[in-house]
Amino acid sequence: MASASPAPTPVLEARGLVKRYGHVTALDGADFQLLPGEILAVIGDNGAGKSTLIKALSGALVPDEGEIRLDGQPIRFHSPLDARRAGIETVYQDLAVAPAMTIAENLFLGRELRRPGLVGRLLGMLDRRRMLEQAKGHMEGLKIGIRSMRQAVETLSGGQRQGVAVARSAAFARHVVIMDEPTAALGVKEGNMVLELIRRVRDRGLPVILISHNMPHVFEVADRIHVARLGKRCAVLDPKRISMSDTVAVMTGAKRPEELPPEALA
Amino acid sequence: MTTPSTAAAPAHDRPWRRIADRLPPITTIGPLLALLAAGTFFAVRTDRFLAGQNFSLILQQVMEVGVIAIGQTLVILTAGIDLSCGMVMALGSIVMTKFAVDLGLAPWLAIPAGIGASTAFGYLNGALITFVRLPPFIVTLGTLNIAFAITQIYSDAQTVSGLPGALNLFGQTFRLGSTEVTYGVVLMLLLYALTWFVLHQTGVGRHVYALGNNAEAARLMGIPTQRLLRGVYTVAGAIYGVAGLLLVARTGVGDPQAGQTDNLDSITAVVLGGTSLFGGRGQILGSLVGALIVGVFRNGLTLMGVPSVYQILITGILVILAVATDRLSRARG
Amino acid sequence: MAKLNRVLLGLLVLAAAIAAAAADKPIIGLITKTDTNPFFVKMKQGAEKAAAATGAKVMSAAGKFDGDNATQVTAIENMTTAGAKTILITPSDTKAIVPAIAKAREKGVMVIALDTPTDPQSATDALFATDNFKAGVLIGQYAKAAMAGKPARIATLDLAPGITVGQLRHDGFLQGFGIKEGDPAIVCSADTRGDRAKGQTAMENCLQKAPDLNVVYTINEPAAAGAYQALKAAGKATGVLIVSVDGGCPGVKAIQAGTLAATSQQYPLKMADMGVRAGVEYAKSGKKASGYVDTGVTLITDRPVSGVESKDSKFGLANCWGG
Repeated sequence: MASASPAPTPVLEARGLVKRYGHVTALDGADFQLLPGEILAVIGDNGAGKSTLIKALSGALVPDEGEIRLDGQPIRFHSPLDARRAGIETVYQDLAVAPAMTIAENLFLGRELRRPGLVGRLLGMLDRRRMLEQAKGHMEGLKIGIRSMRQAVETLSGGQRQGVAVARSAAFARHVVIMDEPTAALGVKEGNMVLELIRRVRDRGLPVILISHNMPHVFEVADRIHVARLGKRCAVLDPKRISMSDTVAVMTGAKRPEELPPEALA
Repeated sequence: MTTPSTAAAPAHDRPWRRIADRLPPITTIGPLLALLAAGTFFAVRTDRFLAGQNFSLILQQVMEVGVIAIGQTLVILTAGIDLSCGMVMALGSIVMTKFAVDLGLAPWLAIPAGIGASTAFGYLNGALITFVRLPPFIVTLGTLNIAFAITQIYSDAQTVSGLPGALNLFGQTFRLGSTEVTYGVVLMLLLYALTWFVLHQTGVGRHVYALGNNAEAARLMGIPTQRLLRGVYTVAGAIYGVAGLLLVARTGVGDPQAGQTDNLDSITAVVLGGTSLFGGRGQILGSLVGALIVGVFRNGLTLMGVPSVYQILITGILVILAVATDRLSRARG
Repeated sequence: MAKLNRVLLGLLVLAAAIAAAAADKPIIGLITKTDTNPFFVKMKQGAEKAAAATGAKVMSAAGKFDGDNATQVTAIENMTTAGAKTILITPSDTKAIVPAIAKAREKGVMVIALDTPTDPQSATDALFATDNFKAGVLIGQYAKAAMAGKPARIATLDLAPGITVGQLRHDGFLQGFGIKEGDPAIVCSADTRGDRAKGQTAMENCLQKAPDLNVVYTINEPAAAGAYQALKAAGKATGVLIVSVDGGCPGVKAIQAGTLAATSQQYPLKMADMGVRAGVEYAKSGKKASGYVDTGVTLITDRPVSGVESKDSKFGLANCWGG
């Protein structure tokens, strides 16, 4: 790609990832780059290695070969916890929220704030007031309009629940937010609401990896599109310079990246 | 552009709904109301109910099931169940008393030994459930029989009497106004308060609720779910051991036949108290209320001279009501 | 799991039968409700002692809990196959066991019920049992005489709704005392399930209702022990007369200690002994036992009253069960 300024260091990068399950090769030397301040959509047909790639990047599995770099430094993840500690948060497809618990409780699930001083350290007493305040702050920061942080998550609509999950990852992520099919279960209005949320997360300086089957949504928010095919990175496309149908064609293999005009590549 | 809170808006705008949202849910208030209603009913129908001494008695009578219900509540909150509770308690009480009487161990050694035996069984339950991945119902059905058999064999099916005074410590009383209150009741109330604190004011407590509500979410959020589950069953075992100590103090003997209906009785108390059998929802204090409801009915009906078969009938109806209220309140919310 | 138990049980019984058949001893099966209740432990001891004395072989089995019908059915089938000609059984479920008993009897096996009759009683060849009604009558008569004309205020601590044994003893007590159900002398009734702690609770509640009660009928000795504990805590240990049924050794010791006034002693050993001898007779001469044989009940007390025959605790200890 032609560019006047020097290429920025990718926030998250992978080279030559390989993952085999017995005879099946899920990742066959896959590459990946996430640039700062962008929304990168990852698309791919079933069996293209898309979910395996994401699992490797979020620490859910360990690749057999290849290297991953975070902010230019090589890094190894042995569990999702490692990835989280490194500042990579994931919004899972089923949201991973406890429906009976409140928004504030879910936001801080596993990372509860303790009261200062002896009470907090010795007894482990929770600082609920601070958690409520911070939860409110996080939700307002993403302009999600829910009145009370004391509401149980199960009383919220699908889009609002998605908002809680997104706010949770945005609150704790330091480098990357991964979102797995965030609009899949939502209707038109709420889907658009979530897209707006994704934009706001990016605007706060957190790059987003967006996995989605929904082409219109991808084209609405993505800055670049990573196409996975046959366990590799097939191409990276610029949604402003390529049509949806051509993108799908590349994804399915009907069109090869070489056949595309050079400006379509990102 | 502010994202409007859309789908939930119409229902939440109704004024009565806003007030209802601020009150504790029906599953929390319901049992307390039922207890107060029952108490009022009996106070009116018999003049011997409303007395400090009678209330002290009722508290002593619900002590066994009441303390066991603490452990059972913790287990049920994780969407599990513990059928072995009564037998584990009996085992602890036999170990405790036989060590004191037969082996001549000092009470401050015998008591921890007994509680330790119960705790070990709790750990066994947790280990089988997490390492071998067996369903709690099946596991505790098996350990219930194992604990029972060990208790019978070790005690030769004989009650252990002639206990040193220290084992009866929690049966001693002190005066509160004109009423005699036993230390055992005070210990039970303290245990409930402690458990309430851990469940509601600490991270571990929140994790227990999360584990029962959505175990996968808890795991993904970095909560060590398997370790936590083992911990819950182990703590429950320890609590059953304490129940054994309190029972020994109350009855003055180690009874190998004790506790045989405690599993169903404790589950009844937990359900009556508004805790959901599906896990993740409920109040620990509700279990105390649930145990008290049963105790109040038993005491009140006896005072009224009503045959005890009606006590059984009423308990059954209340359990159905409690579970139905839980389901209906969630369907609405 | 149940299938494995059945297979194991069958193999054990078969092995015992082969051994017995080889020695040409009559095989007698004993099936109790559980094998942890001291009552049944004594029964088994009595059966084995009688078998040793008469040259018979005893096969035993027990349910896992009171009410476990399935294990008893399996035991009947296995023992029949293994050549038992007589089966002694304390039925856990008095109705549900009847078909299995009928099948065994069709094959020529003599079935005798011990301690608890089947429903109907005629489903077994014979019944060797305590007359539970009489057991209640004895202690009722004793209580009436011991009160010596003082107005009685009676509390009955019963078993649980619907269980025959509890009902028989309760009704027997009332008749022995000379009153009917609903008599104003009965100031309180509560259930104990035969459990010590529940007996204590029941006594506490009854004391709350009628603090001046002076006679307590209890369904069995564990319940009586619990009742005593409650009376002691209320400071009423000496002023209240407690009576019970069982005659287990702990209960007789309570008579000695003065914490129980009188108890009707029953004889599980005698039931088993008679059962084994009847089985040997059947194997020898083909003559079956029949009808109901009262295995006896004796009033045990250290404070005898005139007009009611009784034996003292020394006799009681010599004949008690449950160590």
